[in-house]
Amino acid sequence: MRRPRWWKPVANARGVPRWILLTGVGLVAFFLLLAIFAPLIAPYGFDQVTADGVRFGKQASPDAQHLFGTTVQSTDVLSRVVWGSRTAIEVVVLAVVFSLAIGVPLGLISGYVGGRLDRVLVLISDALFAFPYLLLAIVIAFLLSDTLGQGVFTAAIAITVVYIPQYFRVVRNHVISVREEPYVEAARALGAPRRTIIRKYVLSNVIQNVPPIATLNAADAILTLAALGFLGYGIQPTEAAEWGYDLQRAIDDAGAGIWWTGLFPGLAIVLLVTGFTLVGEGLNDVLNPLIRHRRIERPEIAPAGGGGALAQMADEGFGNPEVRRRE
Amino acid sequence: MHRQGTSLRAYVLTRLALAIPTVLILLTMVFLLMRVAPGDPITAALGGRVSAEELERRQEAAGLDKPLIEQYVEYVGNSLTLDLGTTINDDRAVTSIIVDNGSATMELTLAAFLVAILVGVPIGLLAGRYRDTGIDISGRMFGIVVYAAPVFFTGFLAQLLFSNVLGWLPSSGRVSPVVEFELNQVTHFYLIDSIFSGSWSQFWDVLSHLILPAVTLGLLVSGVLIRLVRVNLLQTMKGDYVEAARARGVREHRVVVNHAFRNALVPVVTVAGLQFAILLGGAVLTEQTFNWPGIGAELVRYLNERDYIAVQGIITVFALAVVVVSLVIDLVNAYVDPRVRY
Repeated sequence: MRRPRWWKPVANARGVPRWILLTGVGLVAFFLLLAIFAPLIAPYGFDQVTADGVRFGKQASPDAQHLFGTTVQSTDVLSRVVWGSRTAIEVVVLAVVFSLAIGVPLGLISGYVGGRLDRVLVLISDALFAFPYLLLAIVIAFLLSDTLGQGVFTAAIAITVVYIPQYFRVVRNHVISVREEPYVEAARALGAPRRTIIRKYVLSNVIQNVPPIATLNAADAILTLAALGFLGYGIQPTEAAEWGYDLQRAIDDAGAGIWWTGLFPGLAIVLLVTGFTLVGEGLNDVLNPLIRHRRIERPEIAPAGGGGALAQMADEGFGNPEVRRRE
Repeated sequence: MHRQGTSLRAYVLTRLALAIPTVLILLTMVFLLMRVAPGDPITAALGGRVSAEELERRQEAAGLDKPLIEQYVEYVGNSLTLDLGTTINDDRAVTSIIVDNGSATMELTLAAFLVAILVGVPIGLLAGRYRDTGIDISGRMFGIVVYAAPVFFTGFLAQLLFSNVLGWLPSSGRVSPVVEFELNQVTHFYLIDSIFSGSWSQFWDVLSHLILPAVTLGLLVSGVLIRLVRVNLLQTMKGDYVEAARARGVREHRVVVNHAFRNALVPVVTVAGLQFAILLGGAVLTEQTFNWPGIGAELVRYLNERDYIAVQGIITVFALAVVVVSLVIDLVNAYVDPRVRY
């Protein structure tokens, strides 16, 4: 099997970028294992409040029976953290797959076809982009909650809508620069149909940009999911365990000095988000020629206008510098 | 090459012209989103609590019996003249929500932005300057972790440590009730009002309430700043003029401080618009965590009450604010930095 083009620099990474990548992969793998083997690892169910007919203590501090203590609803904190990783991973996978499936083709077509369609789509995605993404996700989750219920699926869609413009923007910008490359022109001159050109020559080049963005998006998606849960528009507590919801319940505990109900779900969020970010940053360090060692590059000024943190990173390097000047 | 004056004017005009479709698209989006919701807003908010006639009267008053396109035109027109309607549940003009609670949100976000700059810029510069050393790694890790920590988790830890264990700072609210009653509210920025009052205890009361929320939100944004400043410094350090300064025999320390730092900071201003959007989103969570009486907290309250008109109004204001702020930032940038212009 042919290895993708980004594989070699990743395998050859040395020093700090390698360390960053490995730490990130380790953290993500840890939570993946937790998610997959949650039924074996978690001592109790996520909403279980009794064992052997005895009700758990309310806000009981950590002891041998409950290593991380219990919550105000008498559920076991350790079990909720473990089950919560399953929820987080499920939502992230769904959201990333959905937004890739919509954002990448849109970007490909918009960038390759150009013209009026391109202008309209860019305008819409820029407008969506300028909007505070958390608010957008909240409003969409709020609107969907009546029709779809408040489960993993609703949360994933709310997050998807937020991230489509990011993939769209990055892919579209890259397509525009690739479109004029000699090999694409050669294919066109040979009479290859548009579909073949897009699929074979354009997509295979553009797709190289996707892994770093997808991992960074995954990090943001977990934060958005937790924020939705914290505000009460995420996953219903009866459906699954969710860290953001746990933290919302824990805020009141802080005043009473109860630390275990908030600390553990919070740490889980921080560790998983850090893991995804490290993978993304590591890939960026390794793949991005602008900040990779050994190259001499002119300083870039960032483009004017708003956008998410990822857009900023994307503009720093995932996108082609030539495209930016043309914008 | 254009003369400078011409190109600046051309840029300003283009940028202004581009803001118009952006506003229209955002307004259309908000309008569509709010209509996609099943059922009509009045019934959703008041259903079962008032009589059928009353419901009908309310729907008529809100213009919900008109055709969609008419409602749309009316909504866009009203939004542009900042007439945002009246909330369903408590008959409050949305504009008065903005006036009453806006100062709290502004005070919080400005203080947070200050914290973000004070923390983010020095760390970013140090990390970039000492690339791949221990300083760089710890600086970057700090940036990643503060960005990875949701504000409500940082807030939880801060409340636990500084309010509960140490007892130094209050854990929620904007001011103590007694002080709020005594405070002579001129600007509605409590910090400024309390300075004018000349009372140290009032000032400290307001400041002590502000510290935890502002630091919590500021740290989040500083994570973005660190990454940005560091990468920009790395790219600037590879620039020709930095190389040229080195070749002239300028000492490395001076090269970095005099030549690279300033240019590395330009993009920080350029993307202030993006940080504004992050701040607004973060403010909703921070206000919720610390019971801070800002617009974000009001938004969440009205969402819970299913008050669509209030939600639509507040979201519209956020959208307009984002467009105006990024417009202003772009224009300032174009004025300051000729490279930004088209």
